[in-house]
Amino acid sequence: MNTLGLVIEREYITRVRKKSFIILTLLMPLLMVALSVIPFWLSTLNEGGVKNIAVIDNTGTYASLLKSTDSYKFQIVEESGQQDQESRLGKDLFAILQITGDLNVNPHAVSLMSEKQAPQELQSIIVNTLTEKVTQQKLDELSTSSNVDAEAISRVRAIVEDGSKISLRTLRMGDDGSVQESSTELATIIGMIFTILIYMFILLYGNMVMQAVLEEKKSRIVEVMVSSVKPVKLLIGKIVGIGLVGITQLVIWGVLLGVLFGGLSFFISSPEKAAAMSADMGDFDMEGLVNLIESVNWFEIALYFLLFFVGGYVLYASIFAMFASAVDSEEDTSQFMTPVTLLIMFAFFAGFYSVSNPDGPLAFWTSLIPFTSPIVMMVRIPFGIPMWEKLLSVLLLYGTFILISIFAAKIYRVGILMYGKKPSIKEMIKWVKYK
Amino acid sequence: MYLETKEVVKQYANHLALNKVSIQVPRGTVFGLLGPNGAGKTTLIRIITRITAPDSGSVMIDGRPSRSDDVYNIGYMPEERGLYKKMKVGELSMYLAQLRGLSKKDAHHELMKWFKRFDIMDWYNRKVEELSKGMQQKVQFISTVIHNPDLLIFDEPFSGFDPVNTDMVKNEMLRLRDEGKTIILSTHNMESVEELCDNIALIHQSQVVLQGKVFDIRKEYRPGIFRFRILGSEFDFVHPSIEVLSREPYHEFIDLRIKKMENMSSNHLARLIFDRYEVVSYDEELPTMNDVFIKTVTGNAR
Repeated sequence: MNTLGLVIEREYITRVRKKSFIILTLLMPLLMVALSVIPFWLSTLNEGGVKNIAVIDNTGTYASLLKSTDSYKFQIVEESGQQDQESRLGKDLFAILQITGDLNVNPHAVSLMSEKQAPQELQSIIVNTLTEKVTQQKLDELSTSSNVDAEAISRVRAIVEDGSKISLRTLRMGDDGSVQESSTELATIIGMIFTILIYMFILLYGNMVMQAVLEEKKSRIVEVMVSSVKPVKLLIGKIVGIGLVGITQLVIWGVLLGVLFGGLSFFISSPEKAAAMSADMGDFDMEGLVNLIESVNWFEIALYFLLFFVGGYVLYASIFAMFASAVDSEEDTSQFMTPVTLLIMFAFFAGFYSVSNPDGPLAFWTSLIPFTSPIVMMVRIPFGIPMWEKLLSVLLLYGTFILISIFAAKIYRVGILMYGKKPSIKEMIKWVKYK
Repeated sequence: MYLETKEVVKQYANHLALNKVSIQVPRGTVFGLLGPNGAGKTTLIRIITRITAPDSGSVMIDGRPSRSDDVYNIGYMPEERGLYKKMKVGELSMYLAQLRGLSKKDAHHELMKWFKRFDIMDWYNRKVEELSKGMQQKVQFISTVIHNPDLLIFDEPFSGFDPVNTDMVKNEMLRLRDEGKTIILSTHNMESVEELCDNIALIHQSQVVLQGKVFDIRKEYRPGIFRFRILGSEFDFVHPSIEVLSREPYHEFIDLRIKKMENMSSNHLARLIFDRYEVVSYDEELPTMNDVFIKTVTGNAR
């Protein structure tokens, strides 16, 4: 086997076998599923089951309109029992709703008293019910007054009832002029997920490369290595080996997440659960969501993700390795690493703000500049951008990473065998010229 | 000559590491590469092992310029040496052996041989970080010689070894030499130079200041001191060309150390003493390599 293959194999095997890697790789998807499922599950739990709400309606108009739900039970109480109710508050009674006057005349004549903060859900049930009733009352009054056309009133009623149900469909015109239904929300979510992934992996695995170079230099094993392996091969082997570890982790995460969410949705889609879900979601367009997910060009996104992932990782890993080779200890790395880390953070924030305006100048330029493009471009691709921008960005990134890696390799070659004084950037540039 | 460097020059940013360094290493001998710290020894070794390239000059192996695949025929044990601490001894040794060009099968076979010879079979599945420094040195020694190279370069090979292991390594080196391997030994331990080396080169301030056979060099650096053991209790001979450095009674004898002036031949001195006293034994003091080293380096600094 050639030496490069051996180096890659060692870098890969020793890392993949580590307990910390196995645990992180297996636990992360479980954690992610748990993080997305548990809040949902918790929200379906009612603390103490059904909450009782006493309704004291002095007008007698509104109380009967409040429909009890799974979570809230409205009990109509006579005025006489009022004192009694207050003493029960916080025990078997969650809240007291008091309507003191005609809301049509005085909109403030209603109050909700509870020991704990009343949940948003309860508040909106009450407000919506009462608002609807008051609207009806006002329209009724209007229609009884003689100078308004009855026809017009019924039209207004219809408008009030249906008119507010607007759903905005967003369409996107493709390069070939075809119009596709798109979802900005979905594009945002996809873009953010891939951007965060690339950002995370560049930082995490770039640092891993740095640590590996430092460890070899500190333990002086590098002196033993370079007598049989060319430093350039050592560097390439390290970057490739660690990159493969990253890809392995990504693939395992992808498969595990797919299996877990698949299993979960199968579990949820059992008949009675499905019924409960659709009841919860009301008129939520499940079919539409599936169509939307299918409308995303996953192949394209995966392809570009891979391209930008590899380009970005190699670019930054070379830089990390270059600086690590030039110093003797971790403490000395910070002077060189801080600007690099800041650059990556800047790219992340540029990506973050590009979501709201994926075709703005910030998004455009940062997705072309090689040091930020791997992170920012992933935000923009799900929104659909012209082919030439994508190609130019990839070309610039790969051109730069080839140049930077050659430069980094030259520095690395000299740096790993230099001990003592921390070199300045100027000295490091001189190293490039060494034979 | 197995290995020759010709007028090798290496310039770093602000200092000249090697200034026209030429050395000749005959095949099947141990060659001592000596010099004070920072003289340029490590740079020269790195050029021979092709880790760095010279700015000018050349390295010849077996009479032809050295090639990139020569590295598989060189075993180099650097002075600053380490191992991957988290790896198992056996795995790491396999890895290093394979990097040096052995197939997996050959690497395993050779490793077993060496692990048995050094009696460290028990360590095969232990982690490197559990090993003592001396143990690690043994592993490093094995990985240096595992691919049976014709040229071996040891930079301070004895540091960290106890006397027993030092002896073992010395014997291994001599055995390898007798098998026809050529060995370059760089060390500050002058006793081992006298013991092991056939030839040396002394590098000082980036230049070779002394080169040749160890015995010739020691002869050349003779300080002109002779030791006599004479019978009797008194010695009061005075001569303008001799200086008595010490006289120590020893049972019925006196031990003398006499330094002669340059203008007097050693035969003349011997005759002078032999004519006057009953001499039991007589020899010339040869300088130790330590003396030669110090004299050359300090004398050269002027």
